[in-house]
Amino acid sequence: MKRFSALALLRAGLDGQTRWPRHWRDPEPARRYDIVVIGGGGHGLATAYYLARVHGVKSVAVLEKAWIGGGNTGRNTTIVRSNYRQPQLQRLLEFSLKTWETLGDELNFNLMFSQRGVLFLGHSDADMVSLAERGDSLRCAGIDAELMSRDEVARLAPCLEVSRDARHPIVGGLIQKRGGTARHDAVAWGFARAADALGVDVIQNCEVTGFAMTGGRVTGVKTSRGEIGADRVGICVAGASGVVAGLAGLKLPIESHLLQAFVSEPVKPMLDTVILSQSIHAYVSQSDKGEMVVGGDPDHYPTYSQRGSPHRIEEVAAQAIALIPALSRLRMLRCWAGTTDMSFDGSPIIAPTPVDGLYLNGGWCYGGFKATPGSGRLYAHLLATGASHEIAAPFSLDRFARGATIDEAGAGPAPQAR
Amino acid sequence: MMLIPCPHCGPRAHVEFTYARTLDAVLPLDATPDEAARILFERENPRGPSKELWRHTHGCGSWLRLTRHTATHEISETVPWPPSPPGHGAWPS
Ligand SMILES: Cc1cc2nc3c(=O)[nH]c(=O)nc-3n(C[C@H](O)[C@H](O)[C@H](O)COP(=O)(O)OP(=O)(O)OC[C@H]3O[C@@H](n4cnc5c(N)ncnc54)[C@H](O)[C@@H]3O)c2cc1C
Ligand SMILES: [Zn+2]
Repeated sequence: MKRFSALALLRAGLDGQTRWPRHWRDPEPARRYDIVVIGGGGHGLATAYYLARVHGVKSVAVLEKAWIGGGNTGRNTTIVRSNYRQPQLQRLLEFSLKTWETLGDELNFNLMFSQRGVLFLGHSDADMVSLAERGDSLRCAGIDAELMSRDEVARLAPCLEVSRDARHPIVGGLIQKRGGTARHDAVAWGFARAADALGVDVIQNCEVTGFAMTGGRVTGVKTSRGEIGADRVGICVAGASGVVAGLAGLKLPIESHLLQAFVSEPVKPMLDTVILSQSIHAYVSQSDKGEMVVGGDPDHYPTYSQRGSPHRIEEVAAQAIALIPALSRLRMLRCWAGTTDMSFDGSPIIAPTPVDGLYLNGGWCYGGFKATPGSGRLYAHLLATGASHEIAAPFSLDRFARGATIDEAGAGPAPQAR
Repeated sequence: MMLIPCPHCGPRAHVEFTYARTLDAVLPLDATPDEAARILFERENPRGPSKELWRHTHGCGSWLRLTRHTATHEISETVPWPPSPPGHGAWPS
């Protein structure tokens, strides 16, 4: 692997950046591996990287049915934060956020991780009470959170509509300054390159179509490129969790829904933090290219179509424009959707399954990008040792039947209510 | 955007309807704890035809059962729900 550095870039500039080698191989699948990870999104690639780097597992493959990072990794709005309310989620996402802070150096890849802050707006006194509560709980857990007044919010993001007669009046906010954004594609590429350098086979165009089983134990996977043996198999396919687990006869506490987002034409810098809200459903940030990135609620019914309804875009755009009136003058360039694996308490599952040798990492709903490095670390621990890491232990598959759900929204087993 | 044929009102825009749950997720009130856990928390989540309960919330208010393909959104069947009203026909909540 050729390392990236200022000097390497400068040198390569002398011959027109033409001599860069491939950054990862395109290997043929071997007959067997110690561990096979299904799904070449950020989570699957991170898992493979940590299996090799932290646990020294030599023989690992990531099987991706299309191209790496083409799923939700390449479709999300890249917000990274750890300011959740449930203590189990705080621990998980703060673990991940700490990993983000040094990840670019570790992978020798520019992830464009930008701690520009994530600001939750409060639109009423009631909003401010819940933001203050959230801030207190976060600070008790050692996670940064600062309450802001309306004037402070207006100074931080002058494009916001802060007048008293605004459609969504702004009373104040709660900011996590260590939150921010990262370049989503770079996360997949950086992990793939680093994993490949440690000997992991990253195999694209290889769809898993079934499991090989002996005596109730998974002994490998059937794929579009033949059967591949494995001691342990880890499912890590985001929106396709139900379909892939179904190949092993499992039914999960997950329904696949879709989430849309859209971006505007690029403009000069106008917003250097991420805007979310305590009570309305649009959220806005500006990419480093200058595009305004806007997202909102999921479409609220089961679908694998990756094709959203225009009424949701209309609703989200209306709310975003009410928050930032200048957006009304921008043309939207693209909109898209990703299939999200909506779990029945809104929290992920990182756990063994009832089938021996088969593990599950899924149920990340619409919020798993921020968890990519942490999820990879914890899933690698599970796959390598067969036992859950202490941070991942609450995210078991049997928590639903036991009544030990981790429900940030308090919505119960109804994904359309999240 | 889907066009959903309400058995009572005819084809109407998807925004008039709300999705409630898949048919296998209807919990009988006398379910044992094990049955309840299975019905509440285990889903086939198929990529293909799926039987679902929707409600024409912003129309006639009735419940309906759809067979809908979760990838193409093709709706191959809509029937009133419950099929023959028990008692006053209200759908158990
Ligand atoms: C519009 C949108 C906005 C979002 N915004 C945010 C955000 O701001 N912050 C945040 O934290 N999260 C966000 N998310 C959620 C986040 O994107 C996901 O939780 C996360 O990317 C899941 O990561 P992954 O790597 O597991 O998934 P993916 O990148 O989807 O990877 C799964 C891979 O599995 C592959 N696969 C599927 N089936 C098979 C098979 N049978 N065989 C082989 N491979 C298979 C797929 O092709 C895919 O590449 C958003 C999601 C969407 C859709
Ligand atoms: Zn009707």
